[in-house]
Amino acid sequence: MPGEAHASRSTLVEPLWLRAALIVAALAFLGLFLLLPLTVVFVEALKRGVGAYWNALQEPDALSAIKLTLMTAGIAVPLNLLFGVCASWCIAKFDFHGKHLLITLIDLPFSVSPVISGMVYVLLFGLNGLLGPWLREHDVQIIFALPGLVLATIFVTFPFVARELIPLMQEQGTEEEEAAIVLGASGWQTFWRVTLPNIKWGLLYGVLLCNARAMGEFGAVSVVSGHIRGETNTMPLHVEILYNEYNFVAAFAVASVLALLALVTLAAKTVLEWRFGHELAATRRGG
Amino acid sequence: MLSIRFRPLLVAAGVALAALGARAATTSEPILNVSYDPTREFYTEFNQLFAKKWQTETGEKLTVKQSHGGSGKQARSVIDGLAADVVTLALAYDVDAIADAGLIGKDWIKRLPENSAPYTSTIVFLVRKGNPKQIKDWDDLIKPGVQVITPNPKTSGGARWNYLAAWAYAREKNGGDEGKAKEFVQKLFKNVPVLDSGARGSTVTFTQRELGDVLLAWENEAYLSLQEFGADKFEIVTPSLSVLAEPSVAVVDSVVDRKGTRKVAEAYLQFLYTREGQELAAKHYYRPRHPELAGAQYANRFANVRLVTVDQAFGGWREAQKQHFSDGGVFDQISGAR
Amino acid sequence: MSAVSLAEPVPLHRGGTVLMRPTIIPGFRLTLGITVTYLSVIVLLPLAALAVKAAGLGFGGLWTALATERVLSAFKVSFGLSLVGAAVNAVAGLLVAWVLVRYRFPGKRIIDAFVDLPFALPTAVAGIALTALYAPNGWVGALLKDWFGMKVAFTPLGIAIALTFIGLPFVVRTVEPVLQDLPPEEEEAAACLGASRWQTFRHVILPALMPALLTGFALAFARGVGEYGSVIFIAGNMPGVTEIAPLLIVIKLEQYDFAGAAAVGMLMLLVSFAMLLVLNLLQAWMRRRHAR
Repeated sequence: MPGEAHASRSTLVEPLWLRAALIVAALAFLGLFLLLPLTVVFVEALKRGVGAYWNALQEPDALSAIKLTLMTAGIAVPLNLLFGVCASWCIAKFDFHGKHLLITLIDLPFSVSPVISGMVYVLLFGLNGLLGPWLREHDVQIIFALPGLVLATIFVTFPFVARELIPLMQEQGTEEEEAAIVLGASGWQTFWRVTLPNIKWGLLYGVLLCNARAMGEFGAVSVVSGHIRGETNTMPLHVEILYNEYNFVAAFAVASVLALLALVTLAAKTVLEWRFGHELAATRRGG
Repeated sequence: MLSIRFRPLLVAAGVALAALGARAATTSEPILNVSYDPTREFYTEFNQLFAKKWQTETGEKLTVKQSHGGSGKQARSVIDGLAADVVTLALAYDVDAIADAGLIGKDWIKRLPENSAPYTSTIVFLVRKGNPKQIKDWDDLIKPGVQVITPNPKTSGGARWNYLAAWAYAREKNGGDEGKAKEFVQKLFKNVPVLDSGARGSTVTFTQRELGDVLLAWENEAYLSLQEFGADKFEIVTPSLSVLAEPSVAVVDSVVDRKGTRKVAEAYLQFLYTREGQELAAKHYYRPRHPELAGAQYANRFANVRLVTVDQAFGGWREAQKQHFSDGGVFDQISGAR
Repeated sequence: MSAVSLAEPVPLHRGGTVLMRPTIIPGFRLTLGITVTYLSVIVLLPLAALAVKAAGLGFGGLWTALATERVLSAFKVSFGLSLVGAAVNAVAGLLVAWVLVRYRFPGKRIIDAFVDLPFALPTAVAGIALTALYAPNGWVGALLKDWFGMKVAFTPLGIAIALTFIGLPFVVRTVEPVLQDLPPEEEEAAACLGASRWQTFRHVILPALMPALLTGFALAFARGVGEYGSVIFIAGNMPGVTEIAPLLIVIKLEQYDFAGAAAVGMLMLLVSFAMLLVLNLLQAWMRRRHAR
């Protein structure tokens, strides 16, 4: 009997050489496709030394690009957060007709090309667009200004928070909220004292991903930006401009800030998954 | 309860967004110059010079903002509502397109001297050091195995000048035969491996990505490449015939009237025609309209090339645009036939 | 307390006729109202503007705008190379997921976290980084050129690499949890019945992973079709060869051809819709097969 068990065990695990080979192959693939591109950003940015790197980031246009990016994300993310909470509340806590359609529509921006996300606002708010002439009359500039950048950013980051919260809140069900209401709590109190503590880490997780995408979006904002130096260039757009001006060190310097942001996002996300994995939606618990 | 707390928040967010929009549009102080690709370095310096002059004359501090990109693309943005006070584009047609949209008076080209083109340029070849493929003139560009880098004529002004220069050369060589000229240009574009959307993108492709044997470039862009990367890397080849490129400048009437910036915008463009403007243009390898103003140091800077104008050779830009670059035009035919 | 509550029934929120099941939880109308309004203003209305613009062409106009060689080849490039990228990811992603779930080695958790980099890294940054790597004078590009005389950047191969990069996490992330939850009994049974390790993988493990693998593949594919930022730097943008559909939209916009841009955009949108539908069906199928 022990002999047989041993035999079946050896056919349950790959031989050592195969395991090693698979690990090496997987690491080689990840190294080539993930590590190398990330490394090249920092190497190119520091090619002319730390001084040149620092100067590139101190440049007024770079600073205003950083400011604009922060501002755009600073408006887009809270709005999407608010929306995400509303959407997941009504989807997770109630059963109603058209719910599946609503979920599909919320997911829609993920499958729309970023370029189209920008173009739709040009078609709507451009001077030749449907609302363009009216806006001009009332002296409101939407595209080629901050509002356009914000709108395009909201569009592409639209589903992040909702998508994280909906499965989480569905999983948690409605009993706790019902109990609170029965005990006399108002809707608002129920949300703050019962629901929010249950979803806070999931919420943070969604905001994190939403923010990363908001700060890094390129295609959609490129279409609505107008590329005015120091005014409507977000960081990713500024990277492109510097790149086209042969200013590779500066381009990679600004890119490296975005890459750092990506790394911080990954780190924060991983910490959330490790420490509060059980409080995130089931889809996130796997890793 | 919920609704009472929520509503002000939403309203506030809406108001904030609207306020941002309104403020961005009514800031009247700075002016915006929407320009094409290779003028970055020139206008960076020119803007500072003009701001200084403006401050000494009026006591007002002025910021001139810049936007650069392919000329056609930039015109599109202005038509779509990019609030440019002045446009300084690669060719008259792109300003015409803005005029057709009703944003600039139709007579714009006559408002400033010299067809509203304060400086000119031409198209030259940039080759790698030692000219390994022995490229001397347009004929060498259609030889098999020669890779030519040029931007996309549909989006780039410079590329349209490239295309028309090649066409003018081939037509003249073949005794005015348009069919032969078309064949020539078609062969030329068969040798193009990459079409970037703007002149600057093509320069990056050629100089940085080391793609291609010859770059068809604005004269000033070619000299800038020598300056940036060293004369030990590239050489400029001047063809026997090229085109007189007249980059056009104009005040965008509808914008300056709305913003109340007409005075400063007009002064800005007129400054291009002064001694300082002409000298700076020459310094950045644009051919000044008035070499005598630009000064002796730039007198022998530019090679003598036989230049044809678009008006002579193609009956003006509207005609050239319609025949060659509109949808279904000659360029579409030859690039579709690749 | 509870007795009191039971004696005085709390009013039920019915939310008009939309609500299927009565509930005492408040806020249905408010949250649904906000959700639908926000969704309409940000997403649906602008997309409708696109549809209106494209419809303005009429059927004949749409046909002439779309049935050109350039548009067709741009779609071919976008779809064909996204397929290549997704296929590479299906194989490599399965490998990575397998190694991360089944084996133990130092640094495993860090590497697992690192897989999501393409989600977090801005596409423009990925674009210039990949171009710098694979250009003929880049680290990898120079090697490939010297050893094999191969060109990567500014060729379709370059696009495929960019699309592989951005689609990388999808397959790994969909396969990982399924692989983790795979009951070991089935594998043990197969082994006891005398199956070799490869046979077990081929006939027991792979079929179980298939729905997840397909979902990841479809997600990577869908993302690749619409991708713009990371591709345009490395593509070379040559009409008919390395011009992707989203770039064609931008070019058409730059040529004042709004209707043409809207037509191409509309077609892409319809394809996205179709893919979304397929994805949802796939996921439903997956849930049925693996009802946990």
